[in-house]
This record gives sequence, C-alpha cells and structure tokens, in this order.
Amino acid sequence: MNNLYSNVVHFRPSERQQKLRRWKSYFVKLALGCATILVVTPLFLVLYFLAKEGASSLTVDFFTQLPKPSGEIGGGMANAIVGSITLLALASSIGIPLGILGGVYLAEYGNETVNYWIRLCADILNGVPSIVWGMVVYAILVIPFKAFSAYAGGLALGLIMIPLIMRTTEEVILLVPQSYREAGLALGIARWKIISSIVLRTALKGIVTGVLVAIARVSGETAPLIFTAFGNSFWNHSLAQPIAALPLQIYTYAISPYEDLHHQAWAGALVLMLLILGINIIVRFISRNKSTT
Amino acid sequence: MHEIAPQYSAALNYRKGRKWPDISFKYLAMVGALMIVLLIVLVGYELYRSSSLSVHQFGFSFVKNLAWDPAADIYGALPFIYGTLVSSLLALLIAIPLGVAAALFLTEVAPLSIRQPIITIIELLASVPSVIYGLWGIFVLIPWMRDSFYPFLKSTFGFLPLFKGPIYGVSMLSGGIVIAIMILPIVTSFSREVLRAVPDLQREAAYALGATHWEVIRIAVLSYAKRGLFGAGVLGLGRALGETMAVTMVIGNSPVISASLFAPGYTLASVIANEFAEATTDLYMSSLFELGLVLLVITLIVNAIAQLMLRQLTNGASAKN
Repeated sequence: MNNLYSNVVHFRPSERQQKLRRWKSYFVKLALGCATILVVTPLFLVLYFLAKEGASSLTVDFFTQLPKPSGEIGGGMANAIVGSITLLALASSIGIPLGILGGVYLAEYGNETVNYWIRLCADILNGVPSIVWGMVVYAILVIPFKAFSAYAGGLALGLIMIPLIMRTTEEVILLVPQSYREAGLALGIARWKIISSIVLRTALKGIVTGVLVAIARVSGETAPLIFTAFGNSFWNHSLAQPIAALPLQIYTYAISPYEDLHHQAWAGALVLMLLILGINIIVRFISRNKSTT
Repeated sequence: MHEIAPQYSAALNYRKGRKWPDISFKYLAMVGALMIVLLIVLVGYELYRSSSLSVHQFGFSFVKNLAWDPAADIYGALPFIYGTLVSSLLALLIAIPLGVAAALFLTEVAPLSIRQPIITIIELLASVPSVIYGLWGIFVLIPWMRDSFYPFLKSTFGFLPLFKGPIYGVSMLSGGIVIAIMILPIVTSFSREVLRAVPDLQREAAYALGATHWEVIRIAVLSYAKRGLFGAGVLGLGRALGETMAVTMVIGNSPVISASLFAPGYTLASVIANEFAEATTDLYMSSLFELGLVLLVITLIVNAIAQLMLRQLTNGASAKN
C-alpha cells in the first residue's frame, strides 16, 4: 500500500556525523570567543603600560613646571595642559553652537531631500582624515596671518566637532515626542521658543552627552595641531601665537632620543587617557540616568 | 461686516510683531546646516587651490613618480600611495576576520550578561587617542614583535618574499598591525549593527531544520549579512587610510617600495605630518598639499561607498561613527 513513499530516501545522518557537527559548532564558538578576547586585550595592555610607565613619572613638577631645554632632566608639561584646555575651549566655542544649530535645523526644519544630502555631507565629513583639517586651516588661517596660532589649532578642532555634534543633536531631538511641540503650538507659543525652551530642554541630556563625546574625541587629536597650534615650550601669552598641547607634546617626546622625555611622554599620555576616561564615565553616568527616568 | 474687535486686532499685531524672531531663528539654524555643505566645498577648494602649483608642474606623473627628493625639488606620490594602501589592506586583513568574529560572538553566542561589558570595553578602545597607541607601539609592541614575533614569522614563512630581509621593528607590518588595532572597534561595532539587523525568523527557520549553532550562523546569519559586513569593512578602510599619528610613529617613514613587510614604509598622512611644517619651497609645500588632496579623494570615495552600502541596509537610519 505504501509504495507511494517507497522511493523516498530517508536521510538520517549517522551518530558519528551528528557528533562531528556538534563538535564543529563548539569549536567555532570557542574560536569566536578567543577572537573577542583578542579584540579587547589591547585596551588592558595599553592601560596597564600607561599606569606602569606613567604613574612613576607623575610628579608635582609635571603639573607645575615648564619643559626643560632638551637634554636636561626634569621639567613638566604645565603649559601643555593649560594649552590643551585653551584649545578645547576655542574648539567648543566654534563646534558646539554650529553643531547644535545644524542639528536643530535637520530635526525641526528642512525637507527630506535637503536633509538627506546634509546628513550625507555630515557623515562624509566625519570620515575626512583629521590631518586634512589641519592642512585646510593652515591654508585659510596660518598662511594669511603668517603665524601658527592657538586660534588656528582651535579652529581645526572645532571644525572636526561640528559634524559629530550635529548628528547626535539631531538624533536626540527627534526622540522628543511630537505632542510636546503640539502642546506648545496650542498655547500659541512661538516656534523658536518651543524649540529653545521645550524641545532643547527635553533633549538637553542627550545633547550634553553628544558634546562631551565630541570633546573627548578631539582632545586626543594630534595630527591637525602639528601645523596649526604648532606647540610651544613656554607659556602662551596671546592666542595669536603658537600654543602647546598635551597630545602634541606626547608625540614630540615619544620620538625624541632622550630617556627622560620618554618617561614624561608616558606621564602625559596617562593624564590624557584619564581625562578621556573621565569624560566617558560622566557620559555613561548621564545616559544611564536618562534611560531610567 | 466682519470687523475685528479692537482687542483682537491688537493681539494680531502683537503676533505679527513676534514673527521676526521666529524667522531669524529658522535662518540661524539653516546657517548651521549649510555650514556642513560649505565645509565640504571649503576642504576641497582649499586643497585644490593650494596644490595647483604642483598639479601644473607635474601633471598626472605626480601620482606615478617614484622619487621624492625635496633637495632637487622633484616630487612623486607613488611610494606614499603604495604605503597607504598596503598598510591599510594589511590592517583590514587582520581587522575584518577578528572584528566580524567578535561581532558574531556578541550577537549570537555570548551569554546576555557579558555582552554589555564587552561592548563597553570596545567603545572605550575606540576612545584611546591615536598618539597613545603610537607611544605604546614604539615602546611596547615593536620591541616585543622585533624580538619574538617577527623572527618567528621569518623562520616559519621566510621562503615567501613577504617575510624576507632584515628586521628593524619599525615596518609596514607594524604599521598594519597598529592600524588594525585602531580600526577594530569601529569594524566590530558596525558588524554588530549589521548582524542585529538580521531578522530572527532567519535564525529560527534554520534551527527548525535542525541546524547546529554554527550552521545557523553560517547559513542564516552570515549569508544574509554578507553585504552589510562588507560595508563595515569598507568603513574600516576609510578610517585606516587617514590614520596618522600612530602609523607615523611605527611605520619607519622611508619612501621605498619593497616586497618585504619587514621593510619600512611611508604613508600619505605620515609624510604630511612629518614634513609639512618644514616645507621650504613653494613647490614643496604645494606637493604636500597635493598629497593631501590625493588622500582626501581616496578616503572620500571609500567613505561614500561605505555610507551608501550601510544606508541601503539600515534603510536610511543613521550610520553614525
């Protein structure tokens, strides 16, 4: 009766084949785990060596002294630390307002086609190598004024910040519920006021997070500063003059032939890394609060 | 007929009077957005303008000329283009398999409780500045590789031209390895996004057919996500091409083209970082600008391809860096 099924071949893998498949699966999973360990180890290695090599050279002098003339032992990076803070302040004063305004435009005004192209432009700008920004600022600020300056360094970092802040601002503004805006409109509030005191205030945490991430990102940038801020072994007395920066100083010391400067480079790197880790921890703290409320 | 009561018309006038802040706010925001477009134009125009001298002097031969001799005022970009491409491709060769494997582990295999900590570590890896990787590369990674890893490679694979020649430590291979470490976080996190976009139905269907875990990954996940993973790789390439500081510190900075990976190399970004502030003649400066232009064009093309691929895949959702 069941000759209907007689020519169906029942495929049943043997016990051995089954076992082989299962072992293969275990093996691959193990390999994937090992690959993940390999991916995360550099962080621990870098942090370990920063702590080991850097901590021993972190002295009071490091934070209070100027660099000594090359060849002499001692000295510190006080001017570079202040210089980095100055550059970040300059960069923020350019990058934060323009980035936030652009983000507001994308999220609140503009139509789909325009926004598509602006977003594409921002994402492409995010991919422009940072050294290219240095060259561009060199061409528009350093050549005409015939001087390396803090302004030039700040502008280079600020331009890098704009597209970063713009994209994050847009994203968090889009998360603000539409009903908030409608409630404002129903009360007859002007649109700019709705945006500035309702929408932006609701999205404030997210915007601050985005700004901090952008600052953390540019605080370690070295390439765009080499021929804009240029570096300086002394205190900077005018923003129109060359200024020292922490990452720049680390680079110069790392490739110098002196053992003592290598130690200082490690100490500088430790300070820079702690600054960046600190910002990251603050960011994580802010965004954790956001998700629970 | 329909006269407006005085108090209302006053209100209307009041509203009209308040229109200008609204309009000016809109244009202010527009300035921020248009700034982005302006910046792209500015970057392209400034590099083009500043490199025109060298473009006119050398023409197309600039990109295929081997010599880079500032003393004789002769400039060619080929060794730098070669160095940039080879170091970046080496980096991809290491970063793509590792990054995709880590992303697979994080989306398919790892227990839920350890996923978030690993993701956090990878995000922190992305925040380590280039110059710190370079410092670590010079004083930790290179000495170790020079003394143990490279001799091992040489004794095992020395018959290949890739692993012949003297070992200095600073080399094309060191450059590639450091770039790989630096682009791994971005390759991993984008691969993870792509894998998370694979519908669960795909996986469930494969499980229903009795597939093992690995078979599900291979049949249902990888084949579905192939193109997106390729996009993540291209994005990593975009990053790798423009890496400057760490590479400059470990690649050896010597404009030679050699088959051996143990030989030093030089990249577009490194030569700009090293020589820009010291360029003496106008032609020298202009040639460096042209190197920047070449670097910009290569990265823009690679990034545009990556963005378009990822956009298609995630359906317009942002492909943020």
